[in-house]
Amino acid sequence: MKLKSDEINHIAQLARLGLTNEEKERMATQLSAILDYLDQLKEVDTSDINPTAQVTGLENVMRDDEIERIDSETRKGLLDSAPETENDLVKSKAVFE
Amino acid sequence: MALEQLTIKTAHEGLRKKEFSARELTEAYLERVQVRDGRIDAFITATVETALAQAEKLDRKGDFSDPLCGIPVGIKDIFCTKGVRTTAGSKILEKYVPPFSATVIEKLNEHQPVMLGKLNMDEFACGTSTETSYYKKTKNPWDLERIPGGSSGGSAAAVAADECIFALGTDTGGSIRQPAAMCGVVGLKPTYGRVSRYGVIAMASSLDQVGPITKTAEDAAIVLSAIAGRDKRDATTTQADVLNYAEEIKKDIRGLKIGVPKEYFVEGTEAGVEQAVREALTQLESMGAELVDISLPHSKYALATYYIIMPSELSANLARYDGVRFGYSAAAPTLMENYLQSRGAGFGPEIKRRIMIGTYSLSSGYYDAYYAQAQKVRTVIKREFDEIFKTVDCIASPVSPTVAFKIGEKIDDPLSMYLADIFTVPVNIAGLPGISVPCGFSKPSNGDTPLPVGLQLIGRPFDEAMILRIAHQYQTATDWHTQHPTL
Repeated sequence: MKLKSDEINHIAQLARLGLTNEEKERMATQLSAILDYLDQLKEVDTSDINPTAQVTGLENVMRDDEIERIDSETRKGLLDSAPETENDLVKSKAVFE
Repeated sequence: MALEQLTIKTAHEGLRKKEFSARELTEAYLERVQVRDGRIDAFITATVETALAQAEKLDRKGDFSDPLCGIPVGIKDIFCTKGVRTTAGSKILEKYVPPFSATVIEKLNEHQPVMLGKLNMDEFACGTSTETSYYKKTKNPWDLERIPGGSSGGSAAAVAADECIFALGTDTGGSIRQPAAMCGVVGLKPTYGRVSRYGVIAMASSLDQVGPITKTAEDAAIVLSAIAGRDKRDATTTQADVLNYAEEIKKDIRGLKIGVPKEYFVEGTEAGVEQAVREALTQLESMGAELVDISLPHSKYALATYYIIMPSELSANLARYDGVRFGYSAAAPTLMENYLQSRGAGFGPEIKRRIMIGTYSLSSGYYDAYYAQAQKVRTVIKREFDEIFKTVDCIASPVSPTVAFKIGEKIDDPLSMYLADIFTVPVNIAGLPGISVPCGFSKPSNGDTPLPVGLQLIGRPFDEAMILRIAHQYQTATDWHTQHPTL
């Protein structure tokens, strides 16, 4: 099965991943080969099987919903990590246009 | 100072008996890094000044009763280290300096080892050769034209080249065990839920686990006791008892049942690899263990299961690299363009491939056929292991079907690269502990230099004591782990 170029475009858009035309070309071939390999899972009869998301056996691990105060140094470190800040806030491009 | 002879155990004795100071030990390793790392390329960042300052501080205090105190350690560059750049091997985190440390780093620091620096890895731990790193290609100390394995290739190569005494790595599908095997050192992947991942840059959250890369199983036991345990910041960590593993491993292996799955000795495995592993099994048998033929028929689906679950979780985890909160930003004029360009320029080809596979398998119309089916097959694989562990104490297999391959040999053939993890991935799918132990050498099909082979031992959930014990007892009777590359 070969992925079509509009499928590649759609997935890349969902993933917010900017790809060059060359990358899209290569991706179509490589992803198709990988997806063909993954198709072998259809051989396994799973009609009575529940999915496993994690294997620890832990359920509903709760903690108190409390605000943890952080020191000013950590706060500064977090803000310094952002590409753009203004008045101690992380700055983003406009979300609504 | 003969660094080749030093393990955590012997270096600790040297420090305690004042045969050398922590500063002398640290200097010897830093000098080794300086001399060798230009050829090995294991380090992304060396923390020379803080290492020396810390060693001096420890010398002034003079208390080396803790087995890890003053021991030079290298840290895979996936662990957040407060104030020290942490890149995950990616361009997108080129300038990231975390304002906090991972829980496992804090736990380790309670024992005061000396961190020498941050080690190279495949980008976001995605790879089996450390070639996908944005920064450098790490070389295998046994043959500099070959890969060290991956994704913790920097960690394994640094330990094998005596650039540190032990290292921390992470293992999502084999990323500790496979490079350890290819570099001829020991790598332990603990049970899922055993060690906290808080502050470890996430790859695939239902599979990721933290563990040590060391010279000996005994050293791995010492490190595991230091880093394991419940962490309120990682809800998957359990209350399971953390033992004194260095004591547990002293018991002999008489009467233990070791399962040998026929599906892990199949065509496609290099003859020399199979032979070394079979000889190791014979050795264990001669020490009193009983070999039991077993079958794990669904293990063959583990790799396909992995290549759906892992990219799905990866694509979700990497959504946080949005060019807004941290990491590289392309500073494009609109929000959408900024997402597309920041991620397009910040991620390398393998990451893009996996994000695309993950997004595809989670997307509407394909979810049931891929992701949901993979989660069900995971149940089948897990149950199969559960059943087998009612009859055996441990399962043994090769770590990887081949010894280290050449740099560049598989980089353009992702599927063939993925097959390097075929024997390690089932262990992550089922959340079990696994260890890689050096068990001999084998010539690759396209070379004349014999390269290390690893024996994989797989244990019951939370029974790291069992696999560490068998590994340690094996090492008391063999000397593969004491051999060193000529550099």
